[in-house]
Amino acid sequence: MKIMNCPLNGPRNISEFVCGGEVQKMPDPAIGSDADWADYVFMHDNAAGVVTEWWLHVPTAYWFIAERDTRTDEIVKTYPASELFEARVDFAKPEDAP
Amino acid sequence: MSAASDDLRLPPQSGEWIDRSEEISFSFEGLTFTGFGGDVIASALAANGIRMLSRSFKYRRPRGILTMAGQDANTLVQLPGEPNVLADRHPIAPGLEVMGQNYTGSLKFDRGAYIERFARFLPVGFYYKTFYKPRGAWKFWEPIVRARAGLGKIDESAPHGYYDKAYDFCDVAVVGGGPAGMSAALAAAEAGAEVLLFEEHVRLGGSGTYARFAADDGDNRKRIADLIAAVEGEANIRVMTDATCNGLFVDNWLPVLKDKRLYKVRAGRVVLATGSIEQPAIFRNNDLLGVMQGSAAQRLIRQYAVKPGARALVLTANGDGYGVALDLLDAGIEVAAVADLRQDLPPCARADAVRDHGVPIHAGHTVWEALPDKHTRGVVAAHLAPVTGQGTCAPNGTFADCDLLVMSPGYTPTGQLLSHAGGKLRYDGETDMFSIAECPAGLSAAGSVNGAYALDATFAEGRHAGWAAAKELGLAVGGEPPLANDRGGHGVTHPWPIFPHPKGKDFVDFDEDLQVHDILDAIDEGYDHIELLKRFSTVGMGPSQGRHSSLATVRLAAHAKGEDVAEVGMTTSRPPFTAEKIGLLAGRGFEPERRTAMHHRHVEMGAQMMLAGLWYRPAYYGPASDRDRLTREEAVNVRDNVGIIDVSTLGGLDIRGPDAAEFLNRMYTFAYLKQPVGRSRYVLMCDDTGAIVDDGVACRFGDEHFYVTATTGGVDGVYQKMLWWNAQWRLDIDITNVTAALAGVNIAGPRSRDVLRRLCDDVDLSADAFPYMGIREGTVAGIPARLLRVGFVGELGYEIHVPASQGEALWDALLDAGAPEGIRPFGVETQRLLRLEKGHIIIGQDTDGLTHPHEAHMSWAIARKKPFFVGGRAIDIQMKRPLTRQLVGFVLPDPWAPVPEECHLTVRDGAITGRVTSAAYSPALDRIVGLAYVAPDQAENGTRFDIKIAGGALIQGDVVPLPFYDPDNTRQEM
Repeated sequence: MKIMNCPLNGPRNISEFVCGGEVQKMPDPAIGSDADWADYVFMHDNAAGVVTEWWLHVPTAYWFIAERDTRTDEIVKTYPASELFEARVDFAKPEDAP
Repeated sequence: MSAASDDLRLPPQSGEWIDRSEEISFSFEGLTFTGFGGDVIASALAANGIRMLSRSFKYRRPRGILTMAGQDANTLVQLPGEPNVLADRHPIAPGLEVMGQNYTGSLKFDRGAYIERFARFLPVGFYYKTFYKPRGAWKFWEPIVRARAGLGKIDESAPHGYYDKAYDFCDVAVVGGGPAGMSAALAAAEAGAEVLLFEEHVRLGGSGTYARFAADDGDNRKRIADLIAAVEGEANIRVMTDATCNGLFVDNWLPVLKDKRLYKVRAGRVVLATGSIEQPAIFRNNDLLGVMQGSAAQRLIRQYAVKPGARALVLTANGDGYGVALDLLDAGIEVAAVADLRQDLPPCARADAVRDHGVPIHAGHTVWEALPDKHTRGVVAAHLAPVTGQGTCAPNGTFADCDLLVMSPGYTPTGQLLSHAGGKLRYDGETDMFSIAECPAGLSAAGSVNGAYALDATFAEGRHAGWAAAKELGLAVGGEPPLANDRGGHGVTHPWPIFPHPKGKDFVDFDEDLQVHDILDAIDEGYDHIELLKRFSTVGMGPSQGRHSSLATVRLAAHAKGEDVAEVGMTTSRPPFTAEKIGLLAGRGFEPERRTAMHHRHVEMGAQMMLAGLWYRPAYYGPASDRDRLTREEAVNVRDNVGIIDVSTLGGLDIRGPDAAEFLNRMYTFAYLKQPVGRSRYVLMCDDTGAIVDDGVACRFGDEHFYVTATTGGVDGVYQKMLWWNAQWRLDIDITNVTAALAGVNIAGPRSRDVLRRLCDDVDLSADAFPYMGIREGTVAGIPARLLRVGFVGELGYEIHVPASQGEALWDALLDAGAPEGIRPFGVETQRLLRLEKGHIIIGQDTDGLTHPHEAHMSWAIARKKPFFVGGRAIDIQMKRPLTRQLVGFVLPDPWAPVPEECHLTVRDGAITGRVTSAAYSPALDRIVGLAYVAPDQAENGTRFDIKIAGGALIQGDVVPLPFYDPDNTRQEM
């Protein structure tokens, strides 16, 4: 069984993890077209090469990022999601919302 | 029976594996035999003069010992309840009943053996060909093929044994307990590594337990015995014998089979010292009883002290064959001659010793044909002929009488595990063997698997591999151990021990009865790629997985194509290395189950427990035979009086922090920013496609604290999704899954307030002070509690959530306090009925993976003006399109109609318009009510639609407004 290096828990059996799919940028829901949104929801790159993916360490419910080569299944590196998502995301000011 | 053959048991052999003090009786084919403790089935039978163990798969030819190492299909026998047992590995036991396999009638007189006479009508690729031509051929052959297909007989009533699994860890795993493996283990252990050493056979020693490395082997034997003693005395080494490493997976993960346990071993480094497999020679009748590998004869002599024959002929092409001859001579067996495939014999001390015994040595000779006894099918003579070229010999020759013909023409490395790990083997024209071309990181090989055949080289290479493994792990080690100059790999394997015979029966693959011409015919037919050749001819696809056939096949293919063997390459070895029992994979059942704090109370009260995800929940209380009556009574008691239900399995998520409300606003469809403290609000979660995935209530206990419930089956996914989103949004919140930390009870019914008042004096329970959808914190029966006024079942009710440790105390207190009112518990089935009467949907039952909120009449739960919520954009898109279906409430107008079941279809003019999702007899309404998807134009109240029930009959439903019960909600809000 493969070993994955969890940024929080260290090396663990791959059976403790689930893949959350490719990291992709969500289009701005207020601006993007319906087609853009459908593309974001349903279409994925499925690239042959190093891809950036969400992974979850299930027992500790910890999401992180893994870079993995889909040709060799080699896990190139893993790191906390905060390295990719550095700042708070806001969609609108709270007082504008209901 | 046994007494007559006592002379086949040799006097005690040094290091023998049998215990002569223990006599064991067992039976084979209904006859009783005696052997010793430590005997395997094949050795005990050999000691009793029994040679035939089974019949071959295709031609039903009598077969016996080939390897004595569990590497071939010749010795597969049937035990009660267990087919395909390796007779040369399975120990005998008192009363063990052994039968042969693959025959009709008896092993000795097989009524199916006629098939061999039709061999020329059974060409290679027979099955594939008869599938399509001549037309109808398959219809004729199918019953015959099916009756004969498979090996052995499965006993469907055989009990499932006790199998389990274990995990183990080590710094260095060494696979193979021969001289190389033991040396590696010792070197690594001395450097401080924790070592696990796996040996497939019952004792350590490997080739040292049977092979003869020198004319006078005394020093070598002592050296190996000393090595075994050192390994057994080394504290850092754990030895597992009789343990098969059956695969080698990424990151050095090794499945190891021992007895009825599967060990899953994680190793820092792996040293493969798996040795090599002696190869058969190919000549006519090379499968007769009494024709076996040289090493098989040696194993019989040295390990089991059994005489493999009375008069032997040795066919060899290396020094080891002369070692075999010496062992045979020492065991008192006459050696008629040695036929050596080589024209020029190199100097060899073992050959000289054989010559000194007066044994004739025929250089440049092969066995052209082995001759059988007509009745026993045992070998009685060998036709020796001078080799004239590659695979050819002169027509003249001599005959040698023999009842034992041993073959030692060379080896192939046991490289399967290396292949599993991604390593590569390549044919080496210098040694005429496959050798390791690529070895993956974290892995090394030592000994004959790596081409080292000289004993000194094997010791040195083992030490070096063990030292290197320890060094790679960063363990303190001394200087690099030296490697031997002469590895002894040259001249041990003959390039072409293959002598096709015009009359055939020159077997390449014993498992599948494939002869030389079968391989050549397949190549002629165009299956000339090694992988195609394997699949079409089935060579190497039997139980022995090509251990004895793939080298010869590759050589034949290379020759036929005029290519180098290296170009043709090898088929890929994949796990498992050897057959493994399904029981080992299954192990013990470790299906986790979850029980609530009140579980024992439910059981004590006679509840029928049902599974909800992993949780056990009470369905209703009382015998299953009274199900309908009990659920109705429980429902009526809730409607008229008061009941309690264990809701501990409901998901609970505590969300705290300045952004808690903002977070909920994004996760759920409704609006939460202005939700007052002390109030709860419905939550509905959708996924990115706008489909409903979960629901519950959000209870605001503080400005920065929500307690959110989720469905029993959905909470884990909801929790993960929340964490995933906030890993991106980085809102200032903390999310905790408190599902298992809290126990919950819903007390429901018009008298629930009266009961609760007796136990709760710090919360004003009056309708004005604590209205419907209100939430409070207080104590119930002295237990700190969260109180939620919710209405899932449609009556006045309170959910009481307390620390799980207090759940049972709360349950008991409520039942005691409610005794005057006639309180009684109700189960999940009753709750489902009660909620159906109120028209509340259950996610996953009344919705599916495509249901969006508008289809399920949930538009009211969507806050349209929010800048963002998960699934919101997709719901907008869906709303631009016409609905394709609608969830509606219905009643059955016919009072005698049966209750439709979930997923019965709603149909119109023969076309499916939807399906029933819930239906039940409602005691409160005294009629059958339900929920169903129908076409949008059928969703108007009063519309009559058809439901196709089991058996195909149509019944009618009428669309009615929801809820069915108490449409003004006065009862839950009282």
